[in-house]
Amino acid sequence: MAITLNINGEDRSLDIDPQMPLLWAIREAAGLTGTKFGCGIAQCGNCTVIIDGNAVRSCNQPAATAAGKSIRTIESISENNDHPVQQAWQELTVPQCGYCQSGQIMSAVALLEKSPNPSDREIDQAMAGNICRCGTYPRIRAAIHRAAEISSS
Amino acid sequence: MNKLQISRRNFLRVSASAAGGLMVSIHFPSMAGAQEMGGGAEINAWLTIDPDNIVSIVTPQTEMGQGAFTAVPLMVAEELNIPWENVRHVFADANRHVNNDNLYTTTSTGGSTTVSRRHPYIMQAGASARERLRVAAANRWSVPLESVVAEQGMLTSGDMQGTYGDFAADAAEVTLETEPAIKAYGDWWLLGKEDIKRLDIPLKTNGTATYPIDVVVEGMVYAACQACPVPEGRLVSYDFDAVKDMPGVIAAVELVQTKDVPSFTDLRSGVAIVAESWYQAKNALAVMPITWDLGRGASMSNESMAAEAMQLISQPGTVLLDEEGNIGRGLDQGVNHDAVYGIIEASTNVVQGDVYHRPFETHATMMPPCAVADVKEDRCDIWTFTQDIARSLNEAADQLGRDTTNVFLHQTYLGGGFGGGYNMDVHRQAAAISAEIGRPVKVIRSREEDIAQDSQRPPVWGTFTAALGEDGLPEALVTHFVGEEKMPAFAQRGVANMPYLIPNRRHENSSIQNHIPIGFHRAPGANSTGFIVEQMVDEMAQAGGWDPLEWRLKLTEGNEPWQRVLLAMKEKSGWTTDMGDGEGMGCAVVESHGTIAGCVATVAVSRRGQLFIDKLQYFINSGYVISPLTAVEQAESSAIWEMSHAMFGGLVIRDGRVVNTNFDSYTMMRMADTPPVIEVSLEMSEDQWWGGLGEPTGPPTPPAVANAIFYATGTRVRSTPIAQATL
Repeated sequence: MAITLNINGEDRSLDIDPQMPLLWAIREAAGLTGTKFGCGIAQCGNCTVIIDGNAVRSCNQPAATAAGKSIRTIESISENNDHPVQQAWQELTVPQCGYCQSGQIMSAVALLEKSPNPSDREIDQAMAGNICRCGTYPRIRAAIHRAAEISSS
Repeated sequence: MNKLQISRRNFLRVSASAAGGLMVSIHFPSMAGAQEMGGGAEINAWLTIDPDNIVSIVTPQTEMGQGAFTAVPLMVAEELNIPWENVRHVFADANRHVNNDNLYTTTSTGGSTTVSRRHPYIMQAGASARERLRVAAANRWSVPLESVVAEQGMLTSGDMQGTYGDFAADAAEVTLETEPAIKAYGDWWLLGKEDIKRLDIPLKTNGTATYPIDVVVEGMVYAACQACPVPEGRLVSYDFDAVKDMPGVIAAVELVQTKDVPSFTDLRSGVAIVAESWYQAKNALAVMPITWDLGRGASMSNESMAAEAMQLISQPGTVLLDEEGNIGRGLDQGVNHDAVYGIIEASTNVVQGDVYHRPFETHATMMPPCAVADVKEDRCDIWTFTQDIARSLNEAADQLGRDTTNVFLHQTYLGGGFGGGYNMDVHRQAAAISAEIGRPVKVIRSREEDIAQDSQRPPVWGTFTAALGEDGLPEALVTHFVGEEKMPAFAQRGVANMPYLIPNRRHENSSIQNHIPIGFHRAPGANSTGFIVEQMVDEMAQAGGWDPLEWRLKLTEGNEPWQRVLLAMKEKSGWTTDMGDGEGMGCAVVESHGTIAGCVATVAVSRRGQLFIDKLQYFINSGYVISPLTAVEQAESSAIWEMSHAMFGGLVIRDGRVVNTNFDSYTMMRMADTPPVIEVSLEMSEDQWWGGLGEPTGPPTPPAVANAIFYATGTRVRSTPIAQATL
């Protein structure tokens, strides 16, 4: 059956089982592969998207629960890879393997939209749901501070 | 032949859907991620130069976060002498490599070797291209070769001038009489610069980097696979009828193991469910009744292994000797193996160590193992999680019984590797399933299946006895390590060849057997043994009344590379063993992959026993470094990698199977757990040797932290995860 999801500002009619996890609706049905699969139990944050302003793990919630809401994925945050978070990520060369970084960036974007100049403690809390196996945490932390600077300048 | 059972209703439905056009837009994965080879002239297999002077440089190694896709182009560009802005990186063609006598020498990517071992021929490729460009210019301009200068992408001779691009087609036809020598250290203009950023960064900030899991092929379906939860066990039967009418389910494919004991990359006995969507395949597989023959390992547990190891460690083991009869790398000249026990027996100052232990650890790459295969009659295309594209291509051909000329394995980025990409059968699974169902298929391993079936880093146990002389320094040392029989080296690295000048040493080893597959794991040996050796050293120093850093300096006298690291630790870290109550500094130094890495850890332990790692400082000597920024990033990365295992890791094996198979139970370091200060100082001896940099800061990290905990609390932590220790 078809359900309509608003993904990156566009209503998409997707012919899927409403119980399909949102992650797979985004990746397989909508064809947006920037959002990644990591664990399937909302523990690693690879699948983080922003729903109505909140960073959400998309791997274990049914797609139907996101109907009527605004879903934002990594593909939407800038046209030219120049969102302040992306600029900061590039400047401080955050990514290594890069696989978790879509999720990290979406968590950081959601954090900065709510708290434009976060403390280390706020960063720890906001990023607690995202694992990076390459251990880029120190650079992520610095890059979030840098993105806050870029945004305010 | 793999057995196939089809759900006819869904099979027809998907076929019709594919014929009528797919829901998703198709992209051809080989085009995404890295740039395609340019349209310019190929001077040699490593590079092409476009008319507009853009150079596309091939990287045969995989990019899994360690920076190979920048390091290889850097080395070629250094010799070619082309502005870095003009460089594009491209994936190597695995088919061309395999079918042309290993064109790129090797595509294997591990052991921190891409720069340290492979630079001679990679730099040669750039030097050779530069010389051929000069010959081409000299010929066209009719000037002496000596007058032609190749610099920054330009060829000049007197008033004559042209770009490399102008002469690339001519250069491709030039044969050199002798190959030029590669540059010596000190003549570099590009290598060693501080500000070279990785070429793959922008692709990894907007979700456009392509990993195997992102590959989409027209008509593709999805598969979830399961092998026996007790490794080495075999599939007996499964009941496809019970799940064949579940939504989206298309087929079940039995994965047939052909060898009694499969190697790391042989197909293991199991079963796959194929469905329209991956989650449908996974859901159906989860409820399909399956009967297994659990095999020999079904009663094994962490406890049963520990009991065996403790039994072995209480008896004499095998003496560890190298081929020359030394205990390792000739570092033990004059060391007396046989006198050790006598000296210890006669001594009045004996230090008797307790048993140290590191448990199994898993890779848990952020991208779970995944492969896409499109097997047709005349060709096969594969995208897979691999650290060796040629080996995986050969294995896919073997799985299919095809000639390698018709098998195309396309390189993508990897979502982490850490050695796990050597030990996979996921490409064989995808190839077997695609061949069976006659359609392209994407196999994704669930995280639970990944951790259950991974080739794990094996456990190690170790202990020691030492006799101290009047100066408090060891006169004699005997160690006994117990490792896993399939890879005993993981329990031996850094033990016999420790650099400390102890006159009488004896190093013993024992092995246990088990059925868990094991494999490379970002310094598996040095990480396990480093934890033990570098705490053993502190125990000896403390018993002898020595400052542990001074002890290490004293017992490596005359060893310049080690002294350089140790002196930097002493002078730059604020080193002291006299901190306030509940605070401590600890040090450790481990050589691995040709690089000496020292760590100074500063910790605080609260009255309630909560551990805070305030600071980790690293001092690294790899001889040369070509990319300081990547070196520092890799140092941070491998440190956190191993600290994560030491603090939180540890697989639980019960009834022969891994119990903690997802991130709720196999926990790892997160942002808030990361020490607030991690500093890296490069202390290069320069002009002496090339060490690897992808791994060496891992091994000294947990022992430095454990030593710091000792100075803070008086408690010695002899096993991991440290988070479970009572402090």
